[in-house]
Amino acid sequence: MSTVSSALRDSATMLRRDIRHSLRNLSVTLSGLLVPIIVLLLFFYVFGGAIGAGLGGVAPSFAYIDYLAPGIIIFTVGSGCATTALNLCMDLSEGIITRFRTMAIFRASVLTGQVLGSLIRTLISVGLIIGVALLMGFRPTATPIAWIEALGLIALFTLAITWMGVVFGLVGKTPAGANSLSLIFQLLAFTSSALVSPDSMPATVRWFAEYQPFTPVIDTLRGLLLGTPISGNSVVLAVAWCIGLILVGYFWARAVYNRDPVK
Amino acid sequence: MTMIETHGLCKAFGDHLVLDSIDLDVARATIFALLGPNGAGKTTTVQILSTLLRADGGEARVAGHDLAREPGAVRAAIGVTGQFSAVDTLLTGEENLLLMADLHHLDRREGRRRATELLERFELVEAASKTPATYSGGMRRRLDLAMTLVGDPRLIFLDEPTTGLDPRSRHMMWQLIRDLVAGGVTILLTTQYLEEADQLADRIAVLDRGKLVAQGTPDELKRRIPGGHISLRFADAQGLAAAAHALGQGARDDNELTLQVPTDSSVRSLRAVLDRLDDESIAVNGVSIHTPDLDDVFFALTEHPTTQKGSVR
Repeated sequence: MSTVSSALRDSATMLRRDIRHSLRNLSVTLSGLLVPIIVLLLFFYVFGGAIGAGLGGVAPSFAYIDYLAPGIIIFTVGSGCATTALNLCMDLSEGIITRFRTMAIFRASVLTGQVLGSLIRTLISVGLIIGVALLMGFRPTATPIAWIEALGLIALFTLAITWMGVVFGLVGKTPAGANSLSLIFQLLAFTSSALVSPDSMPATVRWFAEYQPFTPVIDTLRGLLLGTPISGNSVVLAVAWCIGLILVGYFWARAVYNRDPVK
Repeated sequence: MTMIETHGLCKAFGDHLVLDSIDLDVARATIFALLGPNGAGKTTTVQILSTLLRADGGEARVAGHDLAREPGAVRAAIGVTGQFSAVDTLLTGEENLLLMADLHHLDRREGRRRATELLERFELVEAASKTPATYSGGMRRRLDLAMTLVGDPRLIFLDEPTTGLDPRSRHMMWQLIRDLVAGGVTILLTTQYLEEADQLADRIAVLDRGKLVAQGTPDELKRRIPGGHISLRFADAQGLAAAAHALGQGARDDNELTLQVPTDSSVRSLRAVLDRLDDESIAVNGVSIHTPDLDDVFFALTEHPTTQKGSVR
């Protein structure tokens, strides 16, 4: 069997294993799906009145839910990072990983299987969020092609966040460590254009908000879903951040995983 | 044919030398036991030979392949059942075996066939649809070994396969190991129990603080151990003195009124001692036989007891 096909086959096996784990760890999986929905409800029904009113000057014709939904979609992707990091970290402490290391399998399949599993989990979670947002009055105006582009962007960003989650799971050493490293992405989501426009932020914070990975991704997604103009700058920044994070995450994770497991 | 051959294998963690120039030679279809206390370097040796750790120095060929240059080929030929159970705790016993079948690229039907056969052979049929959380220690260890066998390895590493098992599970594990070797598999096992090495191994290497202190067949090693003795207890000091005089040897304890006479633990030597005392009409209050154990091996070979528990694995 060629290297590529056996790499694919081993990754598929590890993906099936990861899906089984998700189903056996149902409480963890369900809470991962529920938290973003709660955040969406919280920001719309609790803070939404105040924030939406403040947003009026920026986007007069928008209902706040239309502004908020794309932001929460990307927040959902970001919070998936913690689940990935935790799952991987706990998995690595199991003896079975040692067994995998002594088997003639595609080495990175332990990681790629988890990444694919996380991708599926996150996309299900995103689907749920879109459903709930639609029920709450979210009215995207995207054409079918724009929807495909939007889903492509979400998948690309999920891949980026997930590989970074794998890195956090590897370098975090303990579940608590892995979890606290993943907080970075929750923090980035809050300091982006997810909930409010960066225009309303003080200059320094605004500068940070505009160039960190979440804002360009959210702005591009918002443009695709709502048919509003997207700056070319946002698209380039969004794609560059995604590809950059995927490459860094993949090679970093592989390097850490391949190191001698010194105990 | 040689399945494992090492020359001058070394490993250090920081400035602590864990393995110091280890030479091993393990023949095909034999059981080779690495015997030693905690911290002797047994697990580290297994980790290096099974491609988990890289050696700092020396050479090794495992299953005909150079360990450093062809780790992939080595992995394809070996199976490892470690000291800490290497089963997936969230999958059922059967799912664990099917996972191994998938990773060995067996087709679906062949995988099912192997899994069913192994579940029967390892008496795990009833536990097949349960997760290992509900298993006893012995069942977990059996599932662990069954998973190792899915890929039909030619060489199996067993790191302390029976540590912590009850006697029944231990004997079952021993029988499984013997059956494997009868089928042509080579086994390198590590153990802290002289009895286990004695029962199973064709050759034993004694490891102490990272050094090989002795190597040979079980009989060769036992001949080097003077630990076997008969302990005789007497009613009074006169009896003890008379016996010590009559036998002309042995360690005398005047407080306990005992005399320790070294023997090879055979019935004949025991009878010879008792006959000698009978001839002299010396009454013996009690007799106990002490057979050599790991402590004696260590004391004899290294002149220090095993009681110091190393922190390095």
